[in-house]
Amino acid sequence: MPHDGHNHDHDHTEPPSDVALRVKSLESLLIDKGLVDAAAIDALVDRYAHRVGPQNGKKVVARAWTDPEFKQRLLDDAREAVGEFDFKGRPGERLVAVENTPEVHNLVVCTLCSCYPWNVLGLPPVWYKSAPYRARAVSDPRGVLGEFGTELPDEVEVRVWDSTAEMRYLVLPERPAGTEGWSAEQLEQLITRNSMIGVEQAKSPADLEGGA
Amino acid sequence: MATDDAEPGFCEPWQAQAFALANALIDKGVFSADEWAQTLGDEIKRAQAAGDPDTGETYYNHWLAALERLCAEKGLAQAGEIGTRADEWRDAYLATPHGEPVSLP
Repeated sequence: MPHDGHNHDHDHTEPPSDVALRVKSLESLLIDKGLVDAAAIDALVDRYAHRVGPQNGKKVVARAWTDPEFKQRLLDDAREAVGEFDFKGRPGERLVAVENTPEVHNLVVCTLCSCYPWNVLGLPPVWYKSAPYRARAVSDPRGVLGEFGTELPDEVEVRVWDSTAEMRYLVLPERPAGTEGWSAEQLEQLITRNSMIGVEQAKSPADLEGGA
Repeated sequence: MATDDAEPGFCEPWQAQAFALANALIDKGVFSADEWAQTLGDEIKRAQAAGDPDTGETYYNHWLAALERLCAEKGLAQAGEIGTRADEWRDAYLATPHGEPVSLP
């Protein structure tokens, strides 16, 4: 059959890239050896690609803002408290909620690699995994906050929390002024992923009106 | 320092597969979360030393390097085995008509 000029041939399938083939090969070897099963891998991919994300953390924070007893449980043992939402992480991973107040602002980093509270925030953003953030969050936290547009009064103490495989942190941002009487659902709109890492504060009602 | 707010997610499917494989092995107790974090941190340092800009874009390359290294150290799969298997998959793709599912013979 005379073709339309492209010499694409259809009697084979184009192999994936080398790196994709390496992963596929490792996966198929581990499956053959009974070390992992295909369904578990698919479930994990689905979970992290589609189901977990900052929307989980927003629910936790909004609840803490509206329910003092839940907030106390969250501060006492965050892993157990987020379990009430079915967001509990892997056994052995502790989750600690650190509360921002007018006196203290908390910032989370993993200086070693990328430990992150996956179960409540999903996958970490690219900058969280970058060398400049990992180094400077510790050496110059106020400088880092400034780059995110977060300016804090000098008298506010900035506490930096270095995550590990066993210990992950969720920042409980301050509830913005002017939100008295708001429902948890309304409050969720003010909570951002970045505010739960601590590089920003929660949005204000004015930010919301401005479409920010 | 980049601070953009783009949704993280995976750029390519292999990244999700590699991510899931490491987590599945931790869940099974084949290695611990701490061992994993140490190995990943070590691979990141090694890549930095070799000139990787380490801006987060190459993160899943480090992830895969750590995964392959732990699998080799734990005797789960050696580099040679993975290479042989990759060749088999490549041949299988090339031998499978376009549109049909690819499987190993």
